[in-house]
Amino acid sequence: MASNLVEKYYRMDKLPHIWCAGCTHGTSMNAVVRAIDKLGYNQDEVCIVSGIGCSSRATGYMDFNTLHTTHGRALAFATGIKMANPKLKVIVITGDGDATAIGGNHFIHACRRNIDITTIVFNNNIYGMTGGQYSPTTPTSSLGTTAPYGNIDPVFNICNVAAAAGATYVARGTAYHTQALINSIVKGLENKGFSVIEAVSDCPTYFGRRNKIGDAVEMMKRLKELSVNVKAAEKLPPEKLEGKIIIGEIKNETRPEYTDEYQNLIDRLKEEEK
Amino acid sequence: MKNNVFLMQGNEACIYGAIDAGMRFFAGYPITPSTELAEVSAQELPKVGGKFIQMEDEIASMAATIGASLAGLKSMTATSGPGFSLKQENLGFACMTEIPCVVVNVQRGGPSTGLPTAPAQGEVMQSRWGTHGDHPIIVISPSSVMEAYMFAVKAFNLSEKYRTPVVLLMDEVVAHMREKIEIPDKSSLEIINRKKPVVDKDKYLPYEDTEDLIPPMANFGEGYRFHVTGLTHDETGFPSTNPANASKQINRLLNKIEMHKEDIIEFDEYLTEDAEIILVSFGAVARSAKSAVKEARSQGKKVGLFRPMTIWPFPEERLKELGKKAKHFIVAEMNMGQLVLEVERIIKSDAVVHLLGKANGEIITPDEIMDKIKEVENIG
Repeated sequence: MASNLVEKYYRMDKLPHIWCAGCTHGTSMNAVVRAIDKLGYNQDEVCIVSGIGCSSRATGYMDFNTLHTTHGRALAFATGIKMANPKLKVIVITGDGDATAIGGNHFIHACRRNIDITTIVFNNNIYGMTGGQYSPTTPTSSLGTTAPYGNIDPVFNICNVAAAAGATYVARGTAYHTQALINSIVKGLENKGFSVIEAVSDCPTYFGRRNKIGDAVEMMKRLKELSVNVKAAEKLPPEKLEGKIIIGEIKNETRPEYTDEYQNLIDRLKEEEK
Repeated sequence: MKNNVFLMQGNEACIYGAIDAGMRFFAGYPITPSTELAEVSAQELPKVGGKFIQMEDEIASMAATIGASLAGLKSMTATSGPGFSLKQENLGFACMTEIPCVVVNVQRGGPSTGLPTAPAQGEVMQSRWGTHGDHPIIVISPSSVMEAYMFAVKAFNLSEKYRTPVVLLMDEVVAHMREKIEIPDKSSLEIINRKKPVVDKDKYLPYEDTEDLIPPMANFGEGYRFHVTGLTHDETGFPSTNPANASKQINRLLNKIEMHKEDIIEFDEYLTEDAEIILVSFGAVARSAKSAVKEARSQGKKVGLFRPMTIWPFPEERLKELGKKAKHFIVAEMNMGQLVLEVERIIKSDAVVHLLGKANGEIITPDEIMDKIKEVENIG
C-alpha cells in the first residue's frame, strides 16, 4: 500500500531526498501525501508551494504542480496562484524560520484574509539548511550556532499566532503522532479558508546534537513524552504545561473565504451592469 | 469629438493599456507616485472578471504577481523607488524562472524615502542591475500619456513573447501629467500570448533549449505537473549544480534577450541627420529636450534628439552610428549621471559626451538644456 503511494505521488527519479538520517521531514511530507490521497484529489489540480529551507525542499519530490520560491514568500506566491485559479487546491509547505521570521508578515496576512490555502509548517526549532542557527521557535536557553551561550529570545507559538491572526482551522501535530497529523491535514484541506497545521519535527543533526538531547530515536521518544492533547491540556495548570507540545485541534470555525468574496464582488458588478 | 478621446493621467492610461493587453491580475501596495495604478486596477479589473489584491508589502505583491502569472493570468504590479527596492528579490525570481510579468516603477526622488512627490530618473541602473546575479531584463520608458498606454501593451507583449519580466520605467511627470489620449481600437492592437507546449504531457521540458531560446510555458493546472525553482535548474526545471548545465542555462537566459534585440529595441530620433550636437534623453525629460532642439534650430544651431524608448537592452548600434557623425552628445537625465555611463561606453572617443544631470526634484527645463547646448558650443 505504502509503496503504491510512493510511486503515485512522488517523483521517483528525484529520490532519495536530501534530508539527514533521523530528520522527520520525510514523515511530515508523507503525512501531506496521505492526506491528499485520502481526499482523492486529482494531482493535476493540486499545487504545492514552498519557501526556502530544509522543509521547503519537499516540493521537489512531490508529483504535483510544484513551486519552490524565495525565503519566506511562499504564501504570497500561493496567494497569487489561488486568486488566479481558485479551482486549484493550494498547499504551502514551510518551516519555522521561513514562516514566522522572514515570512512572518505574509503569514499573518494570509491568516487574516482567510484565503483557501492549507499551510503545513514543519517546525524543527532550528535553521537546519544553514547549519543550526536559532529560529523564532527555538526554545529559550537552547543552543544554536548563533546562540553559543543559549538563546535569550522568547519563542513564537505558531498556532496561537495563526489563530489570533484569523486562520479558520489551526491544529498542531508531531512527526511521532502520524495518524493524528494526517487527520489534521485532511481537516485543514477540507476547511474552506486558511488552515495552519504545525507539524512539530526533529532535527537530530543540528538541534538535537548541539543541545545533547540524544539521537534520532531519543528525540522521537521525546516528541511522544512531551506531547499533551489539547483536551487534556485544558484541565492542567500552566506550570504543568511548561515545555509541553500541545497537540490536536486548536481552532475550527467558519468565516467568508477570500476568493469567494472576490468572486461575489465580480458577480455583483455584473448584476449592477445589467 | 470621437468618444475614444480622453483627458487622462499617465498612470490611468497605463492601466487601460494593460487591461486592453489582457492583464487580468494586479497585486499592489500603496506608494506615491504610483498609487493610481493600484486604484484604477482595483476599480477596473473586477469589471472585466480580473482580480486585484492589495498585498501586505511590495515583496508580497511581486510574489503574488508571479504566482498569478504561473497560474495563467497576465499579471502586473506597480510601485515607486522604495518599493522597487523591495521587489528586486522576487523580480530576480521571475527572471530566473522565466515567468512573464510587468513591473511598473514610477520614479521619484531618492535615495531612500527621498522626495516622494517629485520626479526623478534615478533607477536607470537599478532597473537593469537591481536584483542580484547575472540576469536579462527588458526596460521600456514612455514620454507621454499616449505612450503610457501603448507601452503597457508593449510591456505585456514582450513579457509574454520572451517569458521575462518587463519593467515599465515611468517618472512622476509622465505618471501624473494629464493630456489628450486617443485610445486605439482594440482590434488594431497586436496582442501576444505566451507560447504553449505542444508535446505530450510527460515529455514537457519547462526550460527546453529551443532554437529561439524561449521555452514554451505551461500554466499550473493544465496537467503538466512541472517544478519551478529559483535554484539553478536544468531543462526539466529541477535543481542542478552541474557547472556545464549552469553555464548552459545562464547563457541561454542572457542570449534569449540578446538574440532578439532587434525586435525588442525601439527608439525615436528628431533632427539627428545633420546634427552636430545630439541630446540623449528619455521619459519626461525627452519632451524638454525636444523643445530645446526646436529652439536651437530656430537659432540656426544643428542640434538633434536621440530618445531611447527601450532603455535596456540599450539601442547601442544606432547610437554608435550617430557617434560617428555628431561632435557632442548631451545626456540630460533626472539623476546625477546614470544613462550617461552607457552612452560613454558606446560612443567611446568618437565624440564628446556631456552630462546634464539634475536630482533636486525638478524636471530639467528646455532653458537649462539650451544653456548646456551653448556651453558645449563654446568648447567647439
